[in-house]
Amino acid sequence: MLNLPFKTIGGGAALLLAILAPWLLSAYDLNLLGRFLALSLSAMGLVLLWGEGGILSLGQGVFFGLGGYLLAMHLKLDGLGAGELPDFMTWSGVTALPWWWAPFRNPLVTILGVLLVPAAIGAGFSWLMFRRRIGGVYFALITQALALVFATLLISQQGTTGGFNGLTDYHNLMGLNLNDEGVTRGIYWLTLALVATAYFALRWLLSSRFGKLLRASRDGSNRLRFLGYDPTPYKVVAFSVAAVLTGVSGAMFTLHAGVVSPALVGVVPSIEMVIWVAIGGRTYLVGGIVGALLVNFAKDKISTALPELWLYALGLLFILAVTAFPRGIVGEFEGERRFKPARLGDMFARWRAGRATS
Amino acid sequence: MSEAAMLRLEQVTVDFDGFKAINDLSLTIPSGSMTVVIGPNGAGKSTMCDTIIGRVRPTAGRVLFHGEEIQRLAEHRIVGRGICRKFQTPGVLIGLSVIDNLAIAAMRDRRWWRSFTRAGEEEARAKAEAVLEQVGLADRRDALAGNLSHGEKQWLEIGMVVATDAELLLLDEPTAGMGAAESSQTAQIIRTLVGRHAVLVIDHDIDFVSQLEGHVVVLHQGALLREGTLDEIRRDEEVAAIYLGRAK
Ligand SMILES: Nc1ncnc2c1ncn2[C@@H]1O[C@H](COP(=O)(O)OP(=O)(O)OP(=O)(O)O)[C@@H](O)[C@H]1O
Ligand SMILES: [Mg+2]
Repeated sequence: MLNLPFKTIGGGAALLLAILAPWLLSAYDLNLLGRFLALSLSAMGLVLLWGEGGILSLGQGVFFGLGGYLLAMHLKLDGLGAGELPDFMTWSGVTALPWWWAPFRNPLVTILGVLLVPAAIGAGFSWLMFRRRIGGVYFALITQALALVFATLLISQQGTTGGFNGLTDYHNLMGLNLNDEGVTRGIYWLTLALVATAYFALRWLLSSRFGKLLRASRDGSNRLRFLGYDPTPYKVVAFSVAAVLTGVSGAMFTLHAGVVSPALVGVVPSIEMVIWVAIGGRTYLVGGIVGALLVNFAKDKISTALPELWLYALGLLFILAVTAFPRGIVGEFEGERRFKPARLGDMFARWRAGRATS
Repeated sequence: MSEAAMLRLEQVTVDFDGFKAINDLSLTIPSGSMTVVIGPNGAGKSTMCDTIIGRVRPTAGRVLFHGEEIQRLAEHRIVGRGICRKFQTPGVLIGLSVIDNLAIAAMRDRRWWRSFTRAGEEEARAKAEAVLEQVGLADRRDALAGNLSHGEKQWLEIGMVVATDAELLLLDEPTAGMGAAESSQTAQIIRTLVGRHAVLVIDHDIDFVSQLEGHVVVLHQGALLREGTLDEIRRDEEVAAIYLGRAK
């Protein structure tokens, strides 16, 4: 059983190691860690949305893509003279910069775009859904369809989105060389700072009355309604906050990876995000981070060694997480008494009891 | 507003695809009163509650609360007017502690953007602590609501309804699944509510109903069959034929 000092010490040590990582890891591993930390922002968004709010979205890739593409658009425009076009546009025979590209020449507009476009789309979409009391499986399927549509749209617009290959081959950000070691370290620390900020902000959010009401809407939207609350805004806020986090996640990932493409935003990556969170522990913010890091490092190792095995391994992990460890890795280590879902909770309780006595 | 007409159902009909679960029902509930609704299974008791609270919309007729028509308002707005309802199957918020369940119910300011602040929480906590004592769950204060026994969940849900401080409390089968001892404890709790609140209780158990000492209303096939004191109802042959007779 973990107690508070242990958690604080463990968390502090992990943070310290993460800060020192540029001196501890090879450039290759540091780049991976940076990417996966960026992904953990998406995972924490899902902890808020799915773990605490009970809203399963299989379309988070859309917001990831919005953040990633908006930033990549800026990177492609950075350093171009007036009238010059990004390389892939020229190859596709596009002769003028599309109007919706132009504003992202400005870095400030880009940062605002990365934050506000996912927020606005997330809020509008989720308000339309939740106001009509669409939820559960229907909601999950609609979000999945959205991810499919978004990825298909990106692929089809070769001339303005880079099509199947996405946007890549950029080297400068606001006059900095992205391949410079100091710059990559800076970007790594920026990512780490964003993860820490998001973690503490979400912790505050979840401990507020808002957090309790969100949990209450997960356990019984109707009960909440008949206590005089309208559950819709709580869900809309959770969805929008998750959308923003996922957008930032996509932008930071793009910086580390040097590419954003439809393969990162469609149905499969959206589902993968849910799997990280299920494995890490969907009701724990740390579970989101742990899940995103562990699963992605495993993916990197396994898929380089045995590429065809990875999907099966992922499926297996997911099934294991859902059936035997519904509280995820972090939940397993958590001593707190939590309400166990009745479905497989009994099997799980027996397994735990057996382990405790042996 | 006159005392006599806190809540009025006026010729309410609820039609489920041709089946009239409520059929031209008129009923008045005065403030601070105790009303007990009985009737055989399927008589429309729960549907009547659903109609008052906005879960089911009447096909015809009006529901008036202090003279205002409420039958088209959103559920949470009806609660805001001062009516709160306990469901037949307990629906507590399983992921929160007992005290948090009560505190959420007790919050006066239920606007979402206020939920990021602590405003009003102290008052709600105080109310929640008082209700906790009232429903006898003081020793379960910090337990997760999902881990309560069935009887305890019933009491918690009664507590939540009370904590809203609504003028009219609708309690749908508060003793379902309880033994005799728990039932009379529940009756005692409910009796303390009358006066400050008007209470409408639905139940099958005649022993429990007699402990409530309320005005009794008998529903049958969605319509009002009789109303009066329990003794009058007990002596009524038609009621005995459809309900009490069968229960004995
Ligand atoms: N949503 C619905 N759609 C169709 N029929 C319904 C619906 N809700 C209730 N009914 C029917 O309306 C009738 C009245 O149901 P209601 O639940 O109000 O009865 P009740 O008096 O509360 O019975 P009980 O004592 O069993 O709780 C029943 O015949 C029921 O099957
Ligand atoms: Mg009923």
